[in-house]
Amino acid sequence: MPKKKNKKVQKSKVIKGQLGKKKETAREKMIGQSIGYRYDVNLLPDYSKITPFLKKYIEAMGWDDLNWLEDVHMGYEEDRPAVFCRNANGWVTIPSSIKLPNNQQDRDMIARELLVKFQMSPKHPLVDLKKAYLKF
Amino acid sequence: MANLKTVSKKSKAQSMGMHTEVLTGRTQQKFFNPDEAENFYYFGTYDVDFNKRTELDVKDMTAPEANKEIDNLMSQGYGTIVIKNPQGKHSLGVGILNKLNLIFEGSLGYFGMGSCDGPIVRINGRVGWSCAENLMAGKVVIEKNAGSCFGAAIRGGDLICKGSVGARTGIDMKGGTIIIGGDAGAFTGFMMQRGRIIILGDVGINLGDSMYDGTIFVGGEIGSYGSDAVDSELTSNDQDWLKRKLKVAEIGENFDVSKMKKIVAGKKLWNYDNLEPTEKKGAI
Repeated sequence: MPKKKNKKVQKSKVIKGQLGKKKETAREKMIGQSIGYRYDVNLLPDYSKITPFLKKYIEAMGWDDLNWLEDVHMGYEEDRPAVFCRNANGWVTIPSSIKLPNNQQDRDMIARELLVKFQMSPKHPLVDLKKAYLKF
Repeated sequence: MANLKTVSKKSKAQSMGMHTEVLTGRTQQKFFNPDEAENFYYFGTYDVDFNKRTELDVKDMTAPEANKEIDNLMSQGYGTIVIKNPQGKHSLGVGILNKLNLIFEGSLGYFGMGSCDGPIVRINGRVGWSCAENLMAGKVVIEKNAGSCFGAAIRGGDLICKGSVGARTGIDMKGGTIIIGGDAGAFTGFMMQRGRIIILGDVGINLGDSMYDGTIFVGGEIGSYGSDAVDSELTSNDQDWLKRKLKVAEIGENFDVSKMKKIVAGKKLWNYDNLEPTEKKGAI
């Protein structure tokens, strides 16, 4: 009896958790918005991955650790990597020129650094609002 | 950046004169520059020096007067301010959006250190309700006990109470870390959405009730679990982080973190898309 040829089964690539590649549910497609977080918001930072800029920032502020930045993670919006700016209440897209590493911890450190630079910039949208509405 | 644009196509709400502008766009790429110069402080804040120290006696001042004087001292470059005779006044030290080392020699009343972003604060006494409400960043240390709603709606930073706290600690918190050296009351972590709470002692009933996300670590006994709060496995990463955080908090040096319980959201109550904006729009 001839041997059966085993068909090679192509393994489908796991896309769960990859930036911008998670499939939407029917409900999400219908409402055009994502439901819930697309990344682990409870992920604790790996301090061995901290960048020199963040070290200087912690030192300048007199803190012992990343402080509020522990809650900052790299997420995405509209299929592009992005970091959420709580002061402006919107996502800040990471420029395509910045190559992102393949693990969440490294990506999160980059997100933290870029967010600090964005928030402390004189071009931050809150600067104009402050000029217009600051009471004292 | 969310741009404010005048919309020509008027919705029912707009045609009724309820508003003339709408917030459109969520992406902020055009404002972002990765080569931005190194700057660690918000635009327009004061350049203060931690080594420049002064004292402020607020005995005969109202809370607004005291807060304005703190602002005035920061504008003169003082980076360390010691507040004498706070005498349990309410709303002291609110709205500080600056790097600062602030020390209170006494107790605070309600809503102390609310809406702050950045300062390191030490309170050598007790605090009333809603201490450090809406804290954005920084570190607040309370040497004795705290009242209810401790760290309500905080978004970031470290909030530490070396004693015990009342009910509803971390209610509606959206980030940051709350560390309690003693016990915590009922409804701790009520409706929390993100962030972490560490309690070294016991905690009351309905822990983490209706929590959406976030993590609660408990060292002592738990009165009861709230709706949708469930146990989770304590990882080695959690333990390393707990040891480091307790060191930052200056408490629990010899505490065995490996025996702590970790509580997270069961996510069974996730049904918040019932009224998504698209549907709201259709309803208007």
